[in-house]
Amino acid sequence: MTDIFETSIKTSTGKALRREEMVINMGPQHPSTHGVLRLEVVADGEIVIDVIPHIGYLHRCFEKHAENMTGYQQVVPYVDRMDYCAAMNMDFGYVLAVEKLLGIQVPERVEYIRVIMAELQRVASHLIAAGTYGLDIGAFTPFLYMFRERERILDLFEMTCGARLLYNYMWVGGVSHDLPPGFIDKAKDFCQYFKPKIKEYNDLLSYNEIFIKRTANVGVLPGDVAIAYGCSGPVLRGSGVDFDLRRDDPYSVYHKFDWKPEIGKGEMGAVGDCWDRYIVRIREMIQSINIVEQALNQIPEGDVATAIPKRIRPNAGDVYVRTESARGELGFYVISDGTAKPFRIKARSPSFVNLSVIPEISRGGMIADLVAIAGSLDIVLGEVDR
Amino acid sequence: MEQLLRNIFDNNIFVFTVTAILPLIWIVPYALVAIWLERKISAHMQDRLGPMRTGGWHGWSQTIADMLKLLQKEDIVPAAADKILFNLAPYIIFIAAYAAYAAIPFSSAYIGADINVGIFYIIAVTSLAVVGILMGGWASNNKWSLFGAMRAAAQIVSYEIPSVLAVLAVVMIAGTLSLQEINNLQTGWFWNWYVFQKFPFIFVAFIIYFIAALAEVNRVPFDIPEAESELVAGYVTEYSGMKFAMFMFAEFVNMFAVSAIAATLFFGGWNSPFGDFLGGPIWGVFWFLSKGMVLVSIQMWLRWTLPRLRVDQLMYVSWKVLTPFAFACVIAVGLWMML
Amino acid sequence: MTHQEISEKIKLQFPQAIIETKFEGVVDPYVKIIPEQIFEVMLFLHVDENLKFDFLMCLSGIDTGKGNLGVVYNLFSMTHRHKINIKVEVPKEKPEVPSITNVFPAANWHEREAFDLIGIIFTGHPDPRRILMPYDWEGHPLRKDYKTPEFYQGMKIPY
Repeated sequence: MTDIFETSIKTSTGKALRREEMVINMGPQHPSTHGVLRLEVVADGEIVIDVIPHIGYLHRCFEKHAENMTGYQQVVPYVDRMDYCAAMNMDFGYVLAVEKLLGIQVPERVEYIRVIMAELQRVASHLIAAGTYGLDIGAFTPFLYMFRERERILDLFEMTCGARLLYNYMWVGGVSHDLPPGFIDKAKDFCQYFKPKIKEYNDLLSYNEIFIKRTANVGVLPGDVAIAYGCSGPVLRGSGVDFDLRRDDPYSVYHKFDWKPEIGKGEMGAVGDCWDRYIVRIREMIQSINIVEQALNQIPEGDVATAIPKRIRPNAGDVYVRTESARGELGFYVISDGTAKPFRIKARSPSFVNLSVIPEISRGGMIADLVAIAGSLDIVLGEVDR
Repeated sequence: MEQLLRNIFDNNIFVFTVTAILPLIWIVPYALVAIWLERKISAHMQDRLGPMRTGGWHGWSQTIADMLKLLQKEDIVPAAADKILFNLAPYIIFIAAYAAYAAIPFSSAYIGADINVGIFYIIAVTSLAVVGILMGGWASNNKWSLFGAMRAAAQIVSYEIPSVLAVLAVVMIAGTLSLQEINNLQTGWFWNWYVFQKFPFIFVAFIIYFIAALAEVNRVPFDIPEAESELVAGYVTEYSGMKFAMFMFAEFVNMFAVSAIAATLFFGGWNSPFGDFLGGPIWGVFWFLSKGMVLVSIQMWLRWTLPRLRVDQLMYVSWKVLTPFAFACVIAVGLWMML
Repeated sequence: MTHQEISEKIKLQFPQAIIETKFEGVVDPYVKIIPEQIFEVMLFLHVDENLKFDFLMCLSGIDTGKGNLGVVYNLFSMTHRHKINIKVEVPKEKPEVPSITNVFPAANWHEREAFDLIGIIFTGHPDPRRILMPYDWEGHPLRKDYKTPEFYQGMKIPY
């Protein structure tokens, strides 16, 4: 039976449009898609009927690159460039995978340095996420306040390894440089400086009436749907699922610190709405700062380069290692064939998986809600497309 | 004023032209300063410095440089656009904004046209902007522009109602529609201003008017027609060069127009707040412009503080919050006057 | 539940499905099963009360380099907090694996990616388009025998 309201115009999934619907392309050049993401939106006026994400505009085939490197260590800079907002976390995941394949135990000091760096990076990344989220909703000012704090974190990174965005800092078996003199004091100062700022963000953005109106009860992602779609990180915890890889699949020295995961509680609306996802990030910043402070107090002395292998030639085999990056479960599936070159590296990037849930939660909302949802998922296109 | 001009050169065309052009002497420098001010205010609110180099002292000539740049830019008209409407739209929007200045009293001696339905005329003529916006959005042949235009039309038409009702509350106590008359009724000290009359009803009416005015000039938190993170730039997406500048210019002109009307209706217009202190027609201009600029600055302050509402929430605010409150104000003021 | 127990349970349910299991001497233990039954096995792993694998961590397509293509599924159970790695291998000439998108919606994009880059055809996939490469791209770049084409749409590729 033919539907008389159907037209001959088809979406890219092959569904015919009805007469009242239109296709509107959000992206690849659009201010709030956070990069070159194209959302093909089927809209009835302002109401979103369906969303078809098109990705791959930033595809560099990282996995092919990795196979053609001369060694495992050379892959690290490429890993940096996947999630350029949280390059430390990316490095961390990759080197852990290779170390597990090699069976290396790194010195304790290295573990601490890595945790400090990864947590500082998480704060920096969440600052971008929360700031640009404000930008998506229309509040311009918090964005720059958050960037002010991020600069201080980048200063710390620059002090350590000379780079501010893409570090190539974590190496297989160690880190490229030991902490410079004065780093610990400076980092402690930063922690003290940063804590009161959270209140500033909350006053200006989190508990702003208009902001709550825009984000509460929008894009509700129930916990079971989040699990089924493989969502992870703040997106999963925002849906009220108490799951954090740092605690539930422990790696490095996270078990030595006193902290617990932040989960969305549905304070402003349903559990798993955009506001929950946003506030989880804000609270994780405090949590990360606490972890950094503990790590700075406990960090042992030692040499950071002792475990760095002269040549990396793992035995044939494969390993899947997952870590909690700023955006969620970052997994590296590494296959070695016994040579110095990786045989196959597959990156399970959190943004890629989190983004796949967007059609599910944005149907029936408005175009403005779609912007709010895309922002709350906090995708980085470098990592979605790899 | 008219008499003065007739003394110089007694010719209707001369007199009318000069009277019509006089507001421009204020508007053009105002727009240059206001755009610079908006940049500086936003920058300082955001822990930045804003433009610092062009012209020397705090980048004071940045706007002039920008204007020169925009004048030189290629004027792009999209191939599929409706050329006539596309080219006409910026002018209609600017005309609608500028026409309002005809009935705004700058001082006791100068008003473009002291018509006895002044405020009514202003309300009528500023709604012409909707036509221009719809033309621009439709003619651009761009879905985002069309969305912006549709939103703008819905928004401006809806917010006209609470703003008119708020104005009505003032008009009821004044008993006149002429803005010059309304100003004359508020002379004396600042407690004679209407915003402090029939407290708190006129004050509430002022708040309602100001919120509605924000929406009518598409400023945050009601800037959804151009919402840069959703609609790219709404109905101005496809405009470039001087036509884009016209939209910007019209926006700033509008900002001052609504502020001026608020100043006139609620804050005594050109009246000095302190009786005869610094009174008279010349100082009147100063008082009027300062009151207007204070309100413009408040608009900028809000712009850089608040997020943006969603389109349905915007309609909710208009129809279910502002309009009933405005009605309540009108009724309360009416009852008070009957007592 | 340990890997051995999980593997025993699969064996009990699908006696013919398991080709190979490896628990000792490797970093990550795995269970290799025949591709025809992957959907049923996944469904069983998903719904069984004692297993309850509800989280698909990763799905990777592999070119083994020996004329076979493979898919690796890394599963995790949020309820019981145990993991299992499932592998399948198919010949390059007929690289068809049943899609598990209906069991794990998370597999949707992963399978599209595996199709795009490796060229594994997931039968029964609801939306079998390319995902990362352009929609009209020819070939599957992550195959070991892949040759970069000279031109794409008249544009020179090697730079």
